[in-house]
Amino acid sequence: MPLLQFNDSGIFCEQANVYIDPWKKVDRAIITHAHADHSRWGMKHYLAHHMSIPVMKLRLGQDISVQGIEYGEKLIINGVEFSLHPAGHIPGSAQIRVSYKGETWVVSGDYKTEADGISTPFEPVKCNTFITECTFGLPVYHWKPQEEIFNEINLWWKKNKEEGLTTFITAYSLGKAQRVIKNIDASIGKIFTHGAVENTNEALRVGGLKLPETIRVERGMDKNQFKGSLVVAPPSAINSPWMKQFKPASLGIASGWMQLRGTRRRRAADRGFALSDHADWNGLLSAIKATEAETVITTHGYTNVFSKYLNEIGIRSMEEKTLFTGESIDSTEEDKLEGEAA
Amino acid sequence: MKDFAQLFNALDQTNSTLKKVAALKEYFDKSDDSDKLWTIAILSHKRPKRTVKTTFLRQWAAELGGIPDWLFEDAYHTVGDLAESIALIVPEAESSNSKSLSEWIDTIKSLDKAPDETKKNTILNAWNSMNTSERFVFNKLITGGFRMGVSQKLMTRALAQHTEIEESELAHRLMGNWEPSSTSFHELIYSKDSAADLSKPYPFYLAYQLEGEPQELGNTKDWFAERKWDGIRGQLIVRGGELFVWSRGEELVTDRFPEFEPLKEILPDGTVLDGEIIPIKDGHPLPFGLMQKRIGRKTVSKKILEEVPIHLIAYDLLEHNDKDLRQEPMHKRRELLEDLLSQRKFERLLLSELVDFNDWQDLAEVREHSREHFCEGLMLKRKDSAYQVGRKKGDWWKWKVDPLVIDAVMIYAQKGHGRRANLYTDFTFAVWDGEQLVPFTKAYSGLTDAEMRQVDSFVKKNTIDRFGPVRSVTPELVFEIAFEGINESTRHKSGVALRFPRISRWRKDKPKEEANTLEDLKGLLKTYPR
Repeated sequence: MPLLQFNDSGIFCEQANVYIDPWKKVDRAIITHAHADHSRWGMKHYLAHHMSIPVMKLRLGQDISVQGIEYGEKLIINGVEFSLHPAGHIPGSAQIRVSYKGETWVVSGDYKTEADGISTPFEPVKCNTFITECTFGLPVYHWKPQEEIFNEINLWWKKNKEEGLTTFITAYSLGKAQRVIKNIDASIGKIFTHGAVENTNEALRVGGLKLPETIRVERGMDKNQFKGSLVVAPPSAINSPWMKQFKPASLGIASGWMQLRGTRRRRAADRGFALSDHADWNGLLSAIKATEAETVITTHGYTNVFSKYLNEIGIRSMEEKTLFTGESIDSTEEDKLEGEAA
Repeated sequence: MKDFAQLFNALDQTNSTLKKVAALKEYFDKSDDSDKLWTIAILSHKRPKRTVKTTFLRQWAAELGGIPDWLFEDAYHTVGDLAESIALIVPEAESSNSKSLSEWIDTIKSLDKAPDETKKNTILNAWNSMNTSERFVFNKLITGGFRMGVSQKLMTRALAQHTEIEESELAHRLMGNWEPSSTSFHELIYSKDSAADLSKPYPFYLAYQLEGEPQELGNTKDWFAERKWDGIRGQLIVRGGELFVWSRGEELVTDRFPEFEPLKEILPDGTVLDGEIIPIKDGHPLPFGLMQKRIGRKTVSKKILEEVPIHLIAYDLLEHNDKDLRQEPMHKRRELLEDLLSQRKFERLLLSELVDFNDWQDLAEVREHSREHFCEGLMLKRKDSAYQVGRKKGDWWKWKVDPLVIDAVMIYAQKGHGRRANLYTDFTFAVWDGEQLVPFTKAYSGLTDAEMRQVDSFVKKNTIDRFGPVRSVTPELVFEIAFEGINESTRHKSGVALRFPRISRWRKDKPKEEANTLEDLKGLLKTYPR
């Protein structure tokens, strides 16, 4: 019996009777991070990194039963040792190490290898079997250092300000939005936020994240103050009636998918910034090699192609079907959820 | 090249035509003549000859990227653009360069007869000195098919602002057979030398599809109606005792149609006709497929001359006795055309007859029967209209007959190109033949963005098998396929070939069992014989 199995409800450790990121209701769930496709509603008990807890409560309800732990802290359930390790994806995101009788598995959840200024940077964990995402597992995805991207975003904002435009940028309300707010040059102007973003900001500030000042957009605000300012909103806000109040505006999208010209053009945005919270091609390969795993299981993204390539370079690999979606430019559960929160 | 890549990005980053024209003008203002000339050429779909095979480019890119060829191909199917795939896969450059657009084009041209090793070194060095967007543009110059999101009309507008020459005047100068390698910016734009202009066609006046009701066009007495033929639009020019035939794509196609040769004796010098080039046999037009077959041939055999006899149905006279008639009203041009054709008779040159009608209702009925006359519909032209430049609303309208439709089941899917990159949007459709689904056409366009995403996710969840980039999919979704015509075909398993197939709507209301049958398709073939 493998230490972890994929069944109808999620990734299951039978020995400990614990699920990781389950998609059906179960008794005990360890959560890699608070994005909607990994942290779902309805579990009796949750366990996650303490930074994830305020956001989980915000999204799943204040009354959920949840225990928070630190990176590296060990927890033993029926002889199985569990511990969380930084995944660098968003604040509080963790890889989950599972070890039993000398065999170690690691569930990566979502991860990226570049330090983003808000999440504890990714640390590779040695294991026998590594369960990995590969959202951007094709050799056309190579991220520029985030400093370069933020220079571009700053220049774009300044230019818009000169032209009397509002700078409207979309980013996932959990993670990407805070990364933008933290790394952008806040001296250029005021930063306004969509409700879904600001709620998350508040939750993360409670958890200890330091961010520049942001102003929640409220009904009846004086529209003149948006001119020259930055507005950070989730992707679902594009073409919404809510967005109209910022006209005239320049629209930018921060997403790994903006790497491809076709997706940029499909979204009809003025600017696309290839900024992702997922590892790029080289990031995935270096992370996998650093685990020294003999077996790699791919769960979401270009799983078929990526596993085939791993096998070809001598790393045993196979795909498993999950309900994880990774970063999606088109409609996603994360998006829908944010739409409701808006 | 940096400037040109920046221009490309600027054009790519906006949907506003104002901003596009401004970006182009700014580029023209700061560029030297040879870069300007090449930019005009590229935007007029003239590109340097391909000197490096794309198979090589793929191999070299995969090699530099340190990936196997199959992975390159897979990535390419996701990106949907070869030049872009290469630009992204090749590792980041170690240096930069300051060569201009025209210098890079010279480099590309110099590779024509070069040994493969030289080609490889040159290309690899180039890639290694360019950022991703320069590389993309460079690859596009080699591989062709460069679409910059700017129509010739917008380019001409920007150039008009830059040169302060009038737009329609410029449009005419940019027509025809000029080659960037054998002219200069100055010669092309400013020279008045007309000896080289003997072959020069006029910019075509193009019509929009009539969207509303014809009643909105006002009094029927102000309008001509003609049949809309399904051939290729062409200009036939006789000047200086020579004959030139141009297709609407601004391609000189004189050699393809030797039937017209006698016209250089028959028509007076200084004649330009606008009309439809179309094969006609036994009194009626032949299917467009035969026309395509004929255009595809470099040499025209005796057999094909007999099988696919070409005619010109003339509908306008643009030049008569060396005089440019384009500003004359349509009825005047028409009168001169009728006179000319009655005096200079030639069996291959026909007049586009006017359709008689008293009111719009009459005409609507005539239109309904278009297919029986082997037509696509009607053309409506205002009697006092000038012959304008490019696609303009108001005076000329095409009024095409509604397309034929059939409900079909989607059975294969492949990722698309361009805006449809990384989405399963190119489909193969099938109809029922007893218990079996028989594929009969491919189609892609026609879905909304939201529908595209839904179908994409359906394909990913319902894949049965993969054949390279193609997935076979659980037959379940039904779509209405619209098309302009149907012909017999021995090349397709279904025995039919469609003209202009596209998805007209997603029949969410229909289970797959209720899709049409092969018999239904063959029935259409009988109703609309070609």
